[in-house]
Amino acid sequence: MYNVKCDVAIIGGGPAGLAAAIAAKEEGAEKVLILERDNALGGILQQCIHPGFGLTRFKEELTGPEYYGRFVDKAKEVGVDYMLDTMVLEVNHETNEVICTSSRYGLTQVQAKSIVLAMGCREKTRASIMVPGTRPAGLYTAGSAQRLVNRQNIMVGKKVVILGSGDIGMIMARRMTLEGAKVVMVVELMDYLAGLTRNRVQCLDDFGIPLKLAHTITRIEGNERVTGVWVAPVDEKKQPIAEKAELVECDTVLFSVGLMPENELTRKAGIAINPITNGPAVNQYMQTSAPSVFACGNVVHVNDLVDNVSEESSRAGKYAARYAMGKLAGEQKTVTCVTGRNVRYLCPQTVDANEEGGKVSLYFRVLQPELGVKLIARCGDEVIASTKEFRVNPGEMCHVNVATEKLTGDTVTVEVIKED
Amino acid sequence: MKKEIICTVCPRGCHIQVEGEGDKILSVEGQGCKRGLEYASAEFAHPVRILTTLVKLDGQNDLLPVRSNKPVPKEKLFDCMEVIRAATVKAPVNRYDVVVANICGTGVDIVATKAIEG
Repeated sequence: MYNVKCDVAIIGGGPAGLAAAIAAKEEGAEKVLILERDNALGGILQQCIHPGFGLTRFKEELTGPEYYGRFVDKAKEVGVDYMLDTMVLEVNHETNEVICTSSRYGLTQVQAKSIVLAMGCREKTRASIMVPGTRPAGLYTAGSAQRLVNRQNIMVGKKVVILGSGDIGMIMARRMTLEGAKVVMVVELMDYLAGLTRNRVQCLDDFGIPLKLAHTITRIEGNERVTGVWVAPVDEKKQPIAEKAELVECDTVLFSVGLMPENELTRKAGIAINPITNGPAVNQYMQTSAPSVFACGNVVHVNDLVDNVSEESSRAGKYAARYAMGKLAGEQKTVTCVTGRNVRYLCPQTVDANEEGGKVSLYFRVLQPELGVKLIARCGDEVIASTKEFRVNPGEMCHVNVATEKLTGDTVTVEVIKED
Repeated sequence: MKKEIICTVCPRGCHIQVEGEGDKILSVEGQGCKRGLEYASAEFAHPVRILTTLVKLDGQNDLLPVRSNKPVPKEKLFDCMEVIRAATVKAPVNRYDVVVANICGTGVDIVATKAIEG
């Protein structure tokens, strides 16, 4: 077996892994090694040729390749090592060993001092939402269609229905339209948009593509190839109203029905997973229940902006480097983050209140869209942070900033309250 | 004429009400910031979009992602696509190399967003 030694091993060379690697190197870790299963660095951004990235981090609107290109340049400049075509099979947090297979070196054992999980997420499929009907050709997740069209030059269909108003689905609606396909409609179960508003404007409205809110696909038709789907409105309980179903002709269905953090390695390693995010529970250092293992990006919770991924991944890389150098060994005082009114989940799930002068952003998603609200963090009855927000929406991540010195007691509760 | 424009400058997506005739803006309401005011006024008079697509690499089974270096008029998106579809590029390519100059007379260049080694 081939053996490699490093200070920080990073699993995944997408935006999360790249930002973590650069930060780890800049913090002083000597050898930082990215393990990437694809044949190039950049992750999913390689197929995200559209603009909309980098507005927060670089104050300009970049496409996916430009965004990850900057990180790849920087990673090479600071001397990050990487192995491509390398699939990680196992992570051992007690020995800090990572076992992987590499097409170049064969079975490989990486001995690290700390590990960063940056595996990203994968798409939910037709099977995850159990759409009845036949199993013909022409059914794709939006992201696999995006890979075929944008990286492999394979057009997936001519007449398309998209289920789910997630960002990838809407972006593919525009992409398919520009390439000459007809996008018949986008069908969304909820009565609000799942993705970002700007994608609705620039990907659907611009091309006159109808958005059917509070509708769903009740059945798929076709034997060899899809010939159509039955689309029905849903009632308040999200149950389809069968008698109102209509047959919509199409040869392709794209599913954009959500993303799931990809945590097979994390689970196998026995690291604690948060049941709501389906990602490892972390503190503000992005440290998991295993002290030498850090996690960042969509493997922790699905983000809507890569800029957020880069930010939290830089933090993961920085603290993973400190851990590797023995500088994150102090005793921690754990404060648990608790979800209050209209908060679905919080990330990080715990905060180390012993961090001196720490400023922690508590990221969260709301359960329901609301107008005119206050985002509040409180310890017991004492409000320690509060910001006003004109509009909150489950598709757009919110945050409140708290100072670690203000954390008293064992919990901090975050809630969204209606303004009077 | 009154029009509701959803701002796309940032993810907040303000719903901005614009009233005007042709190029002339009479009132703008509902924007959360100054950039929103500029966006809504421009969007009302002359909507423009960044265009991104791919160009085939000559002799290689690979695609080069490209973008317009400035926004192009919305009504010219499909004309631009046709010109880009006919273009091919030979590697090596540097990021921001011009692939199609002054596309459809817009004064906008189509540039590579990725470097490809030869």
